[in-house]
This record gives sequence, structure tokens and C-alpha cells, in this order.
Amino acid sequence: MQHVSPVRIPLVTGGKTYHDVTQDVCRQVEAKPNVRWMAALAVALFFLGVFIYSVYRTLWYGIGEWGLNKTVDWAWDITNFVWWVGIGHAGTLISAVLLLFRQKWRTSINRAAEAMTIFAVICAAMFPVLHMGRPWLAFWVLPLQNTYGSLWANFNSPLLWDVFAISTYFSVSLVFWYTGLIPDFATIRDRAKGPIARRAYALLSFGWKGGAKHWSRYETVSLILAGVSTPLVLSVHTIVSMDFATSVVPGWHTTIFPPYFVAGAIFSGFAMVLTLMLITRVVFKLEDYITLEHIALMNKIMMITGSIVGVAYITEFFIAWYSQVEFEQYAFINRATGPYWWAYWSMMTCNVISPQLVWIRRIRYSIPATFVLSIIVNIGMWFERFVIIVTSLHRDYLPSSWAMFSPSIIDIGIYVGTIGLFFTLFLLFAKFFPVINMAEVKSILKYGVDNGPTYGGPNTGAQQSTYRPTGAPASAPVNYNKHD
Amino acid sequence: MQESPKYWKGIEELENSPEFLHNALSEFGALPMKEAHPSTDDTVAPRRDFLKLMGFGLAAATLASCEAPVRKAIPYLNKPEEVDPGIANFYASTYFNGQDYNSVLVKTREGRPIKVEGNPESPITRGGLSARGQASVLSLYDGARLQGFAIKGQPADKDKVDQEIRTKLASAGRIAIVSPTIISPSTKRAIADFAGRFGNVEHVMYDAVSASALLRANGGVVPGYDFSKASVIVSLAADFLGTWISPVEYAAQYIVNRKVSSDKRTMSRHFQFESNMSLTGSNADVRVAVKPSQLGQVAQAIYAGIVGGGAGSYSNPELTNAINELKAAGSAGLVVSGSNDANVQAMVTAINAALGTAAINAAAPSYLRQGDDQRMANFVSGIGSYGAVIFYHANPVYDHPMGAQLAEGLKRANLLSISFNDRADETTSLCQYQCPDHHWMESWNDYEPKRGYLSLAQPVITPLFKTRQAQESLLTWAGNPNTYYNYLRNNWRGVLGGNFQAGWDKAVHDGVAMGALLPAPAAQVAPAGQASAPAAKTGGYEVAFYEKVGLGNGADANNPWLQELPDPVSKATWGNYVSVPQSLAKEKGWEQGDVMKVKVANKEIELPILIQPGQAKGTIGIALGYGRTKAGMVAQEVGRNAYPMLTLVNGSLSYADVASLEPAGSREPLAQTQTHHTIMDRKPVVQEATLAQYIKDPKKVTEYDKISTPEGLEKPSKVSLWQDYEYKNHHWAMAIDLNSCIGCGSCVVGCQVENNVPVVGKQEVINRREMHWLRIDRYYSSDHHKNEFETEGKLGTYAAMEDPSDNPQVIFQPMLCQHCNHAPCETVCPVLATTHSTEGLNQMTYNRCVGTRYCANNCPYKVRRFNWFSYYSNEKFETVNGHMFTDLGRMVLNPDVMVRARGVIEKCSFCVQRIQLGKLEAKKQKRRPVDGEVVTACAQSCPTQAIVFGDLKDPNSRVAQIWRREDGERAFKVLDAINTQPNITYLTKIRNSKTSNFFAPEKEEKHAAKAEHHNA
Repeated sequence: MQHVSPVRIPLVTGGKTYHDVTQDVCRQVEAKPNVRWMAALAVALFFLGVFIYSVYRTLWYGIGEWGLNKTVDWAWDITNFVWWVGIGHAGTLISAVLLLFRQKWRTSINRAAEAMTIFAVICAAMFPVLHMGRPWLAFWVLPLQNTYGSLWANFNSPLLWDVFAISTYFSVSLVFWYTGLIPDFATIRDRAKGPIARRAYALLSFGWKGGAKHWSRYETVSLILAGVSTPLVLSVHTIVSMDFATSVVPGWHTTIFPPYFVAGAIFSGFAMVLTLMLITRVVFKLEDYITLEHIALMNKIMMITGSIVGVAYITEFFIAWYSQVEFEQYAFINRATGPYWWAYWSMMTCNVISPQLVWIRRIRYSIPATFVLSIIVNIGMWFERFVIIVTSLHRDYLPSSWAMFSPSIIDIGIYVGTIGLFFTLFLLFAKFFPVINMAEVKSILKYGVDNGPTYGGPNTGAQQSTYRPTGAPASAPVNYNKHD
Repeated sequence: MQESPKYWKGIEELENSPEFLHNALSEFGALPMKEAHPSTDDTVAPRRDFLKLMGFGLAAATLASCEAPVRKAIPYLNKPEEVDPGIANFYASTYFNGQDYNSVLVKTREGRPIKVEGNPESPITRGGLSARGQASVLSLYDGARLQGFAIKGQPADKDKVDQEIRTKLASAGRIAIVSPTIISPSTKRAIADFAGRFGNVEHVMYDAVSASALLRANGGVVPGYDFSKASVIVSLAADFLGTWISPVEYAAQYIVNRKVSSDKRTMSRHFQFESNMSLTGSNADVRVAVKPSQLGQVAQAIYAGIVGGGAGSYSNPELTNAINELKAAGSAGLVVSGSNDANVQAMVTAINAALGTAAINAAAPSYLRQGDDQRMANFVSGIGSYGAVIFYHANPVYDHPMGAQLAEGLKRANLLSISFNDRADETTSLCQYQCPDHHWMESWNDYEPKRGYLSLAQPVITPLFKTRQAQESLLTWAGNPNTYYNYLRNNWRGVLGGNFQAGWDKAVHDGVAMGALLPAPAAQVAPAGQASAPAAKTGGYEVAFYEKVGLGNGADANNPWLQELPDPVSKATWGNYVSVPQSLAKEKGWEQGDVMKVKVANKEIELPILIQPGQAKGTIGIALGYGRTKAGMVAQEVGRNAYPMLTLVNGSLSYADVASLEPAGSREPLAQTQTHHTIMDRKPVVQEATLAQYIKDPKKVTEYDKISTPEGLEKPSKVSLWQDYEYKNHHWAMAIDLNSCIGCGSCVVGCQVENNVPVVGKQEVINRREMHWLRIDRYYSSDHHKNEFETEGKLGTYAAMEDPSDNPQVIFQPMLCQHCNHAPCETVCPVLATTHSTEGLNQMTYNRCVGTRYCANNCPYKVRRFNWFSYYSNEKFETVNGHMFTDLGRMVLNPDVMVRARGVIEKCSFCVQRIQLGKLEAKKQKRRPVDGEVVTACAQSCPTQAIVFGDLKDPNSRVAQIWRREDGERAFKVLDAINTQPNITYLTKIRNSKTSNFFAPEKEEKHAAKAEHHNA
């Protein structure tokens, strides 16, 4: 008995040929920077300047430049840290987990998503260093030899676990991302006309020749790295959540934190990927690669993770009631009805209620709606971390120490500054690196013999994207999707 | 002898020319080429030399530009016998600045005073020390002090000044010496000698915050109160624990009858009638908020009840109780009044006489207040008739209501004006001659605070500046060449008896002696009229002026430690404000920090408001002592001066008046160290019970957290994830008796001095970043409690619990690092900067700290402090923390404790430097430290011995005994259930009143019913 799968809609529309893919992606790299890109970079650089100024104030005068106080010793710094780390989750999830699950639709978005991961983790890493009173001694958290006798790294401290978790995550993501880039760099190298570009991309492509052995190793390494990264998706935010979960602060001391944080991270990560992809797709005319189907799928993941986070919020309240611990109960009542009620309800609205709109098909497939939604979710997830950190700290055990937190201009400067840093890096990436993984996208191309030249032929634009599964000639591209 | 054959290596060796020999012997040879300039000009440097020189020059310039300040450490040529570098010396001395009297020990290191501690030998202050006394060491190094004699502000030669003054005095005619209360017999004698020389000299004493009426009613002296003999105390607005006359002395006496144990289940009963919420009022068992004008009626009612006569119009059930209890107590009753109304004071005197109170020792009246308001007023209005005026530590231009008039008078050119004040203050800067006195730590002096009790001050440092002791100046001008030391010594010959030298040595060593030297002050003239209560005032708000516990009358306003010491009740720092009752603020829609125009008669000042629970309805309170304009940069324009608003009524200054309030339309934030005021019914934080409950069963006054385990309910410490520490040698611990703590804040300053804790200033206090290692949490009771959850709902109840009662009960809780045995801070530090010592201390390694502040977040007690800035070098702090910026100021720093760098966490160390010292001393003598030998700065300074520190490994130590005895009774650990296992135990506060309003009343029947229901 033979099962015949129904015909699937192609993942890349527009009847692209291999050459089209190369052209479409390389065009951005090879063309002169366009005005819109320049304008965007200028804005990003301005915010990078804000970041540098704020960091200068912080380093020169001290953490006192921020709004922290004796009661609330962490606020925007760690909020931003967790927010950025969360954003940095989608990249690995998309590239690693979806690779393992053989979700081919990921190929057109994984490059940008991974880049986003790297840049988000760079932004995130700013905060643990900058929030230190003496950041020039940050290396003391590494288990290096020192002259302090028994005073070495404290392996009981979740902050130390953070150091390992984040640095591992960053290095693995970086290697994964870079490995994927190598064949594409080679493509650009081969097409490069200028001497600088040729040399630079030659260097970046590590002498890739596209031989069968190279491809075989490439596949193997990708698979191994995917395998290594997958636990990291869970571990990084689990460990970040332990900064809070292992403490005694009511509102932090919660065993639900690891899964709750991981779900939240994927949630915010997908939202950020959507925000960026929706822009990139328009700016770089990549509508055929990042299709509405992609957007709908990501919307679904966002909605599911958002709902998981929502359940976690409610569970926290249930446990506070169930535990009958006075401090715990008050922490949550204060969260929802205390002086920071607006932060709590912003979080609830943005994270739990708004993603439910995705149940409506029109919204799921609507680009403007998705864009707005993705921004809302990112705002909501920032508030989630703010709520957890600040509302728990500002009223903990002793009422005598209760205090309010309000950010200083430097707090705000550093935060928007990291957004500037992120976009500076992302824009540079988008200009000089192939934003779509050409090699992998080519692997999912398919078109009938009737309507398409094969390698290198001009795309006359006459082809239809309708897929005809009849009689593929030997010259047709190998179809790795073995569903026909 | 035959020479061995020699093989030559070259023709040069064979020839063996001198040039060859020279070259052969030099190992490195000459440079292969000569690089002289072709012109053979020898003065031109060769290229290599040029490079060498340039290299050297670069290195030298680089080195020179590196900061390498030259610090000269000069060894003693002849080392003083008793001074050893690194070892502190203590000298007994006396601190008295016209306000409170303290017998003290001055701790000096390498010849410079760094701390003041209470003198345990003193029968008056009994080892206690006020916050002001603690802070006074900083005034020695105050950069605002005058550094030498001056004529109209221009530095002048001492001899020239003396000559001019002597000439002018001889022809001055009427001379006035204006001073605050002087309790120094020898000073008084020097003044008398001076008067004898010039004739027509008047000595006008006045107190900025006067007790004129009290003196009038008691024959010119303050009655010798002994609160330890009183079992019923009724205070009519006398803040005797905080600011009134001699608070340290009174607190030590008061606490005798306040301490309880299961063997002594009795307490004195304390009623307080007052309008402002004072420190004393917040310690009272029963506090009744009354208007200032009603105080006279309260006095009259008590008078009527005890002595007889009409009771007046005011009545209150608590007043009736007070009268009845006073009657019942008889000679164990005591009434005191802070009123400056002679009629009220006369009634109080009569009441005490009628009671036959044993709590006033007639043989030892106090001399601590001698000012006569009427005389001072006469002096100011008659300033035109004086030819010379000498100010001895008096600053009436600032602190007298007629200051402006005096300032005008001082401008008269033919009025010789001389000031002994230590700084160019408001008065001194108007004087012709500035002849600054030594600081008290640089001078000899004697004091007689109470009849028969003498004490001495001795210099502990060579005068820092070209100043001269004021008494010596007077003697010099009077033509007496004697030094004041000899003069004083001679003056003492009569009292010590026996071998004078031995007696003198002992007196200098102990700092105190018995004997009477001071002539009894003359009785002040009582105004005409009979004792009757004044009529109640009407219209506007009644304003009551008061002193702050820290700043007092404002003479020490330039001391940043005192400015930053939170008011014990309002917790406000840096500036005064109008305290308004909650009801008024609510009615008018005023918010804390709204600036008000306060108008009293024709005087107006603008001050922000502070909503003060316990403020009597229809009244407001304003603190004196602020708004200095010429005290120095710290005090400059901090708060507003309220002295000009006082008025003279019936010959004494009235501290109550009628004011109008009007919003000024602006806002000024108040710098409070605590902004949430109620306990939110959190019994794990602080516990309280009534005396009745305690008498019934001491084992039921404290509620202990229990954890459910398979074996049933257990103490939290039984359920632990961690292994316990084992302490082999010492286990340092503390016990804090909440019943004894009156909240005075002396320990806060003591800790700050001992541990070089920086001052951060008003804005940083507003930013909630004060650095105090030890703070005193103050909680007000609320009208709402958890028992309303069922009826009012949780949300509503919690919101309501945030508001204090209108007249709340108060608890003070000193809060410092609890030195947890299972410290949450220790596990979270990524670099092990905070660790546990083998003696139970939670220790902080500043050098290792990278400043993640995780420990501070995870500290449930919020006692960790972060160095947000570089407080010793950031120019933002140069005004308020100036003593860390100058060489002069830095002398006050304790060399045993490092000044913490920016970016590190700091916190209470249990004064580890003192522990170390105590252990070393004991080790030298091959013994264990005895109990009481190692004392933290806070425990040392406590006037009521509320804080006891010691070694739990010594079973006989006081702290071990308290821990043992009170276990299961009053001892509780704060937040026991989170199992931090602190090394500090608190003792439940017992209040001698019918109810304790802090927590929901126990519903015993309901509980019982529930239990039955469960059983069924």
C-alpha cells in the first residue's frame, strides 16, 4: 500500500530559480548602500552614541548615575539583560530545534534569526558587566588563578552559572551562525568584483570550494551544533531564571521560573524575529522567501508560548494563595494592585491578552497586525522582567525598607543605547552578510520542468509558482523534500 | 725558571702596545664607530646619546606626571611614654555645649581624637552618650572653625588684639558677657574675676531652648529628677528622652523601671500629653495628643486632682486615669513639664510637692539650665547702654527671637564686641574681635552638672589652630597671668580633700569626682500673679516649636553626621518642616512636601509639610535649630530658622503660638530614610505584647514561626538545606531589647563614627541611598488589621493597613546586619566577597567585591549598603562629606577601618576591629576575653543598654544569659521562618497599656470554636 501525500505549497514563492536566489540575496551585498539603509544606520549610530555616553557616565561616576537605591539594587539593568537574553533565544530555537525537527520553512529566516541572537546576546552581555560596581574587575567571576587564597569563584552563586551559561550560549551560537555563513560567503566571493570584497569574502569563507566533502562536513557540523544548541535553548534561560528562583525574595523564590522563563524567552524571541523579518522582507524585497505562511507559523508559536507564560502568571498567584505564606501573598497582591500596578497590567495585556488575537486567521496573516503585535509582545516582555525584578524588590520583608524605583536619564540612555547597538550591528550584518541562507534555501526550491530553466538561466518571470509533480528531468534540482 | 711558550693570537698581541693592553682589558670595548658630528664639534650630542636622553626624558616626564603624592611620616624624636602607634588611648573628659551633658572617654590614635564614648564611671550618664556627643569629635576638625584671632574678620596678632581689647575694656563702661548656661565652676570664677577687675560686668545667661519657667518655679535650678524612682510618670510635653534638659541621664534612669524579665514583671507607667509626636511620646504607654494651649488645663486638672481646686475645662479619660494612678503611686509618682509657662511649671512643682515624690532629689538639683529669658530680653533691648559685649559660645543673632534687633545693636561703632565662638557665625561675624576659644577637646575645664557631681575635661590634642581658651582670654584681659589649667587646679583644691595630687590624678583619670563647687544660682524672679492655667488660644493652628534629637538648638548644625541622623520619629533628615496632623492634610488635600507659608504674628517662613501621625488635631510643629546662614558649608541654608517666630510671654520665651498656613504653590521633597510607616501586621518582623499578657504568661507573648514537617511542627532551623557551622572558639552574638530601645539614634552616629561611614547628603537620602550601617526602624500602629480580611477583603485591608493611626503606638527596632548563620547573601556572591567567619560573623571582603549587589537584593533585612559613588572624591559630596576630602577632616577617620571604594558593598561588621583588639589584648595576657571587654560601637553608646553584645561560647556572658533566659519567652529572631538563623536576637516589646494596637487582637473564643470544630 502506498500513501500519497497531498501536494504541498512551496515554501518559497515566485518561482525562483537557483540563480534568482543568488541574485536576490547577493544584490544587497553587492549593490551600493541605499538611502533608506543609510538613514536607518544613522539613527542606529545616534543611539549607539547615546549608549556610549551613558556608559561613560556610569563608568566614570559610578552606578549612582542610575536610579537604583538601597532597596531596589537591580532594576533596568537586569530587566534589560533578561529581555535581551530572551530575545536571543529564537535564533537558536529556529536554527537548531527546527533543524532537528526538519522544519524546512526555517531556512529562509534562520540566518537573520541567528544573527539577531548573536547581537541580542552581545547587548545582553553589556548589562551584567555594566551593572557591576567595579566592572574592570569583571574577570574575577571567571575561575582564574588569583592571589586571594580561598576567595575564588563561588560555584553556589547563580550569577556564576549565568557567566557559564551565557558565554557557552554565545560561543555555540556564534559558531553555528558562522558555519552556516561559509558557503554563502564563498558564493559572494566568487561573484565579487572589487579586490577588497574578493579578499575579504575569501578570508571569511575559509577557502570553501563547495566540494562534496565540504558539503558533507557542513551537514555533519550543522547537525552536531544543532544537537549541542538544543539543550542550550532550555538551559540558558533556566539558569537566568535561577538568579531569581534561588533567592529568598518573595516573588522571586519560585520553582516555576525555569519553564516559565524559557517559554517567555521563546515568546519574546519570536516577536523580535517577526519585527525584524517584517522590516527586512520589505526593505530588501524578500517577500518571496519570507512568505505569509512563515509569518502565520511564527504567529502561532508566539501565541502558544504567550499562553504558556499566561498560565505561569496565574500559577504564581495560585501558589501564593496555596502556600499561605504571608510575604508571598503580599508580593503578588502588591504586584497587581500596588504602586506598580500599571506595569503589571501592561504586562498582562501585552503578553497574555494581545497574542490571543492570533486565533483569528485574518490577523495571523496580516502583516501590519503581526508587526504591531510583535512590538506589543516585546514591550510586554520587557514589563514582565521589570515587574518580576522591581515590584518584588521594592516591597519585600521589612516595611521600613520599602521604597520606590524610578529610572534616571542614564538608565534610559543605556537601554535605548543597546537598541542602537543592536540595530547598528544588525544593519551592518544586513548590508555585508547574506541575510538569507542561499545554500539552504536552494535546497528547498522546486519547480516543474515546464516552467523553468535550470541553473543560471534568466528568470523571464513567465513561470507560475504552481507545482507540477510530473516527470522531473535529471537536470532538475534535487528535491530534498521527500514527500513526493 | 723557564717560561712556558706563549702563542700570540695576532701581531697586536705580539707587539703588546699600551693601546692594545687597554682594549684587551675592557670587556665590552668601545663603540665600533665614533658618531661625532663631522664638524668635530664636541658639544653636539651623538645620535645615540640623543635617543638615550630622549628616552630618559620621556620616562621621567611620565613618572613625574603619575600621581605620587609625598606623604611625610615623621617619627617621634622623643616618643611620649603613653603613645604607641596603632594603639588607642582613652582620656576621660566631658562634653557639654549648653545643651546636654555627657561624661565621656575620648579615643585617640597617634595623638588625634577619633571617637567619643560614654564614660561608664559617671554616676550621671552611666556610660551612655547622646548622638550629639558622639558626633562632637567631627566638630574638632570642622574646616569652618576660626583658625586664629581676628579683628573684624582680618587675621590679627594675639598680643595686638589683647592690647586693644584691654584698652577698650578699661573705658567701656557697662560690659555684658552673654553665654548659654555655664556649669563650669572655674569658668564662672574666671568671669567673676574678670568682673572684679572691670566692675560693672553683667553675665547674661540664656538658653536657646529655654527652661526659664521651670527654673522660676524651682528656685533657679532644675529639680534633680530621678526617673528610676518613679513608677508613674506623667509628662506634659517634656521630651525628656530626646531633648529635654539631660536626655542621656534621664533615659538611663527611666529605663531602670522599663526593663522586664520573667523575674521582674513590673514596669513603670508613662503618660505623655503633648502636641508634637516626640521621642518620649512615642515611648509612652499612653500618649494623649493635646494642643499646646491645653497643656495648662491638663496641668490644672492634675493639680486639682492631687492638690485640690477647680479642674478646668479639659477632660479626657486617660487624664483621669493618669490622675488616679498618680494618686495611687503617691511618692512614686512624678510629673514633669516641658512648658515654658511659669504658671504651668508652678502647678507641676506643687503637684510633685503634694505627691511627696521620691523621684526628685532635692539635694542634687541640676544646673544644666540657668538661662533667664527676661534678663536676656532686657539685655537685647538695652544694648544701646552697653559699652562692651562679650559672646561666650553664644549666638543670639541666630538663636534668639530678638536676634535681628541685636544685630542692629552690634553695628554701633563705639560698642566693643568680642566673640569667643569657634566660627564666624551669625553673631561672631558682626563682632569687632574674634578671639576663638579652643575646642573642648583642646582645653581644660570643669563641670558641675548637678550639685555635688563634678567632672573634668582635659585636652586630648594640641590645639590645631592659633586659638586660646576663652577663660584664659578673660584672665589675660583681667591681668591674671595664670594659665587656665593652674587656675582650675587651684580652684579644685578645696573639694578633693586629702592628698590633693592623688585626688586630682584620680579625678583626671576618671573624669568625674564628687564635690560641690558651683555657687547656687540665684532664684529667678517669678512674674506677678497666681498659679492658673492660661486661656486657650483661638484662631489658626497652634504651633509648637521643638528641638530635633540630633541637631538640638542648632549650635552643632555644621556637623553632617547630625544633619543626616534621621529624626527618630519622622525619619526625616537634612532640614526642618511643618509637621501637620493626618486629618488636616486629608481635609485640605495637602500632600507631603507641599511648601507652606507659615505665618506667626508678622513673621513668615516657607517650609514643606510632613504628615505626622500623632500630631494633635489643630496643631502643627516646627523644629528649631535649622536655617543657619553662617555655620559653615554643611549647614548653609539647610531648613529655615524658626527662632524669630518665638515670643516673650510673661518673661519667658513661649514655644507655642498661633500660626496660619497657606500653600506656597511649590513642592520640596523631604529626605526621609523611611517612607513606609506601618508594620503591615508582620509579626515575624517585630513583636509586641501588653504587660498584662506578660504577667499572665511570659511564654505566650512571642509568636514563633513553625514549619510543618512529617514529624509535626518544628522550628525552622530544624529544616535546613545547609550544614551548620561549628564555632570552636568564639561565637559573637547580640541581643536587642525592644523594651529598652528608646530610638534615640545615639548608636546610629556611634556606628557612623567608628566605621567611617560616609555622609551622602539630602538628595541622596531622597534617592534612598543613605549609608548608615545601623538604622532604627520606626513603625506606627495602624487602625486596620488582618482580622478584617474576611469582612473588608484582602486588597482593601492591605491598602488600609498602610495608613498609620491618628495617634499611633510606636515601636523602634534597631536594624543592622543580622550576621545570619545561614546567610542568603553569602551563597549568591559570585566572587565570595562575603563569607562566614569561624566566629559567626558574616564578613565582607571589600577588596574582593565586584559590586553585583545580588547580596543586597537577597538580604531580607536590607542592611547592605552599596557605594554608589566615590564618596571621598566625587565633588558632589564635597559639601556634605567634606571631612573625607581634607587632610584636616581625614584625621577623624578610624585608621582600623578602611574607607570603602566606589562600587563595593559595605555593611555592619559587628565592629570586627574591636573584636580583634579584644582578642589580642586577651591573648597577650593568655586568657579569654572577658564579657564586656569586646563591645561594638552601638552597644557602647546605648544610654539604655538595649544592645548587648558578647560571646555565646562564654556561658556566663550577658548575651548568652539573655539568649538562654529569654528563649521561648521574649527572644525572637526577625523573619525566623526563612531560616537565616541570625546571630541577633530581639526581645519582644512589652507595653504597659491596656491594648497593643500593632496587631489584630487575638480572637480567643473564635479560635477555640474553630479548634472544637476541627476536633469534631
